[in-house]
Amino acid sequence: MQDTLKIGGKVIANRLFIGTGKFSSYELMKKALAESSVEVATVALRRVDVDSKQENILDYIPKGCNVMINTSGARNAEEAVRIARLAKAVGSGNWIKIEVVRDNKYLLPDNIETLKATEILAKEGFVVFPYMSPDLSVARRMLEAGAAAVMPLGSPIGTNRGLKTKELVEILVKELSIPVIVDAGLGRPSDACICMELGCAAVLVNTAIAVARNPVGYAVAFSKAVEAGRLAYVTGIPLNSDNPSPSSPLTGFLRNEN
Amino acid sequence: MKIKINGKNEDIEKRLNLDQLILEKGLCAERIVVEHNLRIVPKEEWKRVILHELDNIEIVSFVGGG
Repeated sequence: MQDTLKIGGKVIANRLFIGTGKFSSYELMKKALAESSVEVATVALRRVDVDSKQENILDYIPKGCNVMINTSGARNAEEAVRIARLAKAVGSGNWIKIEVVRDNKYLLPDNIETLKATEILAKEGFVVFPYMSPDLSVARRMLEAGAAAVMPLGSPIGTNRGLKTKELVEILVKELSIPVIVDAGLGRPSDACICMELGCAAVLVNTAIAVARNPVGYAVAFSKAVEAGRLAYVTGIPLNSDNPSPSSPLTGFLRNEN
Repeated sequence: MKIKINGKNEDIEKRLNLDQLILEKGLCAERIVVEHNLRIVPKEEWKRVILHELDNIEIVSFVGGG
């Protein structure tokens, strides 16, 4: 059975997306993306340092891996829209992860500004992935505004604390007709696996992989966990029961019946 | 004459066009986007955009990010 994610006109087999920040080198990042067969990687847009030669990250993203550009650094909808338009002009596609953060302490997204940017950019033909706090009402508005998916956070960016928003994410999965992709805070493969078992369409991981002792191995571990969780969801997870029931037959014991 | 590139003041020759500026800075044209006074300028137009005193130039590219 081919279980793929169809999104933004693309067919994605690997439901682990990887963010490219914080790796100790582009070479290492490239290896992590390649070894885990990742098909979606995020990048950020920044001013070029005109006085020093910088390597270009796009040279280190494996062929066949789609690029999703984030609007990190944006503090409101207007800045996010400006970044998105600049990114599109580079010519690396029109997949935009809208990230609007004004809260420098917790790095939590501003859902209202994110919604405004989603409305504008979806109309301009971008494939929009809003990064948001998992609020059902706002998520429904994102859908109406033309978002291709929603990206609720698991826990604050870079914390590796896992899926602290589980119940709210579960509601999004149940109620929305667009993919739910958990982004931010996933620290362990088991965190990603839980997301997939819940029915999330994909997960996006950056910090945990980039700062792991062996990022390449850790990326592969995440990829396997995502695959396992997804397969469990698709094939059906049995219900819990309060009553124990033996797995072995209760007949034919090697003892005399009294 | 003075212009602003990525928020920093720079002194450049008069009558320079955008294409010449990018060349002078040694930047790879394929991988950058240039904004001239808040307008994104397509590469095909770079030669036609003559820089003026106090112009504001932003040159951006991709970096690692989540």
